[in-house]
Amino acid sequence: MELVDYLPIALLTLLGIAFAGVSLVLARVLAPSNPTPEKLAPYECGIVPLQEPVQRFPVKFYLVAMLFVIFDVEIIFLFLWAVRMDQFGWAGIATVVAFMLMLIETLAYAWKRGALDWNVSHRTRTRRVVAPEATIEKAA
Amino acid sequence: MTVSLADWFREAANWAFMIIAIPTLFAGWRTVTSNNIVRAVLYLVVSLAGTAALFIMLGAEFVGWTVVLVYIGAVIILFLIGIMITRAPLGVDADLSHARNVRTPAAVLGVLLFAVIGYAVIDAFENSMIEPFEPTATADLANLLFSRWVIPFEVVSFVLLAALIGGIALARKDDNGAQR
Amino acid sequence: MSIFIEAAIRAVFVFGFLLVTVILLVWVERKFVSDLQNRVGPDRAGPWGILQTLADGMKSFFKESIRPTNVEVALFVAAPIIALMTALLIFMVVPIGAPVEINGTEYALVGADLNVGLLYVLALSSMAVYAIVFAGWASGSKYPLLGSVRASAQMISYEAAMGLSLVPVVLFAGSTSITTIVEQQQGTFLGVFPAWNIVLLPSFVIFLISGFAETNRAPFDLVEAEQEIVGGYHTEYSGFQFALFFLAEYIAVFNISALTAVLFLGGWSGPVFGPAWIAWVWPIGWFLLKTWAIVLFFVWVRASLPRMRYDHLMSFGWKKLIPVSLAWIILVAIAIGIRDFGLPWS
Repeated sequence: MELVDYLPIALLTLLGIAFAGVSLVLARVLAPSNPTPEKLAPYECGIVPLQEPVQRFPVKFYLVAMLFVIFDVEIIFLFLWAVRMDQFGWAGIATVVAFMLMLIETLAYAWKRGALDWNVSHRTRTRRVVAPEATIEKAA
Repeated sequence: MTVSLADWFREAANWAFMIIAIPTLFAGWRTVTSNNIVRAVLYLVVSLAGTAALFIMLGAEFVGWTVVLVYIGAVIILFLIGIMITRAPLGVDADLSHARNVRTPAAVLGVLLFAVIGYAVIDAFENSMIEPFEPTATADLANLLFSRWVIPFEVVSFVLLAALIGGIALARKDDNGAQR
Repeated sequence: MSIFIEAAIRAVFVFGFLLVTVILLVWVERKFVSDLQNRVGPDRAGPWGILQTLADGMKSFFKESIRPTNVEVALFVAAPIIALMTALLIFMVVPIGAPVEINGTEYALVGADLNVGLLYVLALSSMAVYAIVFAGWASGSKYPLLGSVRASAQMISYEAAMGLSLVPVVLFAGSTSITTIVEQQQGTFLGVFPAWNIVLLPSFVIFLISGFAETNRAPFDLVEAEQEIVGGYHTEYSGFQFALFFLAEYIAVFNISALTAVLFLGGWSGPVFGPAWIAWVWPIGWFLLKTWAIVLFFVWVRASLPRMRYDHLMSFGWKKLIPVSLAWIILVAIAIGIRDFGLPWS
């Protein structure tokens, strides 16, 4: 096993980019081009766009990405251990299980704090704002 | 052992190194000088990809692909999602202000870091030749990690937990702020 | 120089193989779905409509490629190319047959037998997220952005599950090289059953489910939920640029099927008959048979299951698949520990 193995990968990269480039140029030559302002507007189901395209999104997407980074690091470590598991015996298993328990703890923490709940926590918070206890009592 | 310039040019590995290293350096430079945040992140990707390629050239396949998987595939994606979910401007805006009073400390810190890492590398390898394109087995890495470096390995899990707690705390504060 | 020629042959072969496969795959999917839905499906271009995909591909060259006014041109053009490249490159590490001997030299039937094959696969599938992020962000339009934020969160979630589901496979093989993993699955178990990794049933199921989510196939195709966000991240794409996305998606489906076959169903392992000069064909046949069986399963699922809701999708990934795969890793580790080292207290 040598790094010569990377040569086919490099060649396929070049081949793929060449294929995509040549086809895109060919398509540009062959295809008609008849742009109109309506055609070039951002897609909006045929009506005039009212909102700016870029909006804010829930911060949860960011938390998921963060959890992913953590689990990615974990996967790397687990792979390292898995290729040589036979050499480390029970000590190795204990080390890795301790490591994994911390990460399960991480997942549990995120779960408990609602970082994995989509929509749910948002909805309860809104309900609390709309109908505080005083209002409910008054209604009753 | 001394190497003449002619010898240096005759070695194919040196050419491969230069072809990878120069764009990596340029991308690193553009990462800190770029005015547009998305451009800066993209230059960072190029710079990291170059680093990964250098690792693979040194035979550290596992480390090289780890850089791709964790840094390019996860950390930068985290940045990009962060940019996307906030109101990121499209196009070239003078968005990142490189405040003048930060530049000098940053430069000093950079030079210091370079000096420390340079010293460590020279101290460790001295004049020994490194055989390029000679892969190190993943198993060797595993042997080291689970014998000499077990304690740091376990500590990593605490660091990861702390990072998540910090992230959730920040995100929650942001949530409450938006509510008010 | 011969090294270079060999590398070129491998690269060109993988490229050609994948293109022909996609042409077949799209036709098979359309035919199979139409059979399941009691319709005829494509039947005009060529016998049984087998040339339909080719005709569609040719057509896309002649279609206008619209580039809306507020796109970031460089990223907008780069996105479909990145999608295609990651899909193409993943197949490089999939062994399609047993090593063959030509003139006394043994050649492995794989693009590149990397020591870190599984890491390579995971790294490239996380690069696939870039295509979607760039496409959505560079389009400068509402629906692509929504689609790409959704899709990127979905893909990274299921990638974590996919990576974890592969740990027991590595534990079994003691290597991250895919060729070694296939070789370890040769032979039989108890003399009757093939020694495939499918005995790691939870891993197999988690890998397959994550594969559906990674390739954005039904029932996880919310990336392009027409009712809510139109075409998702490729809403603004048209002409050949859209065709590149399409190509990448189908190559990705084939990749996942091939990887499942290779990692869990023994790859090219299977009985070999006949004289020596024909024996090398059998392993390739077994590999293709297993891979296409999973491809058909993908299509069958698409025809059967409705699309999931986004919150269900995310909580299914994080609250079910990932905890189960973590527990499964610990269980497998302890089982292998007892088998290899005896009980911990003895």
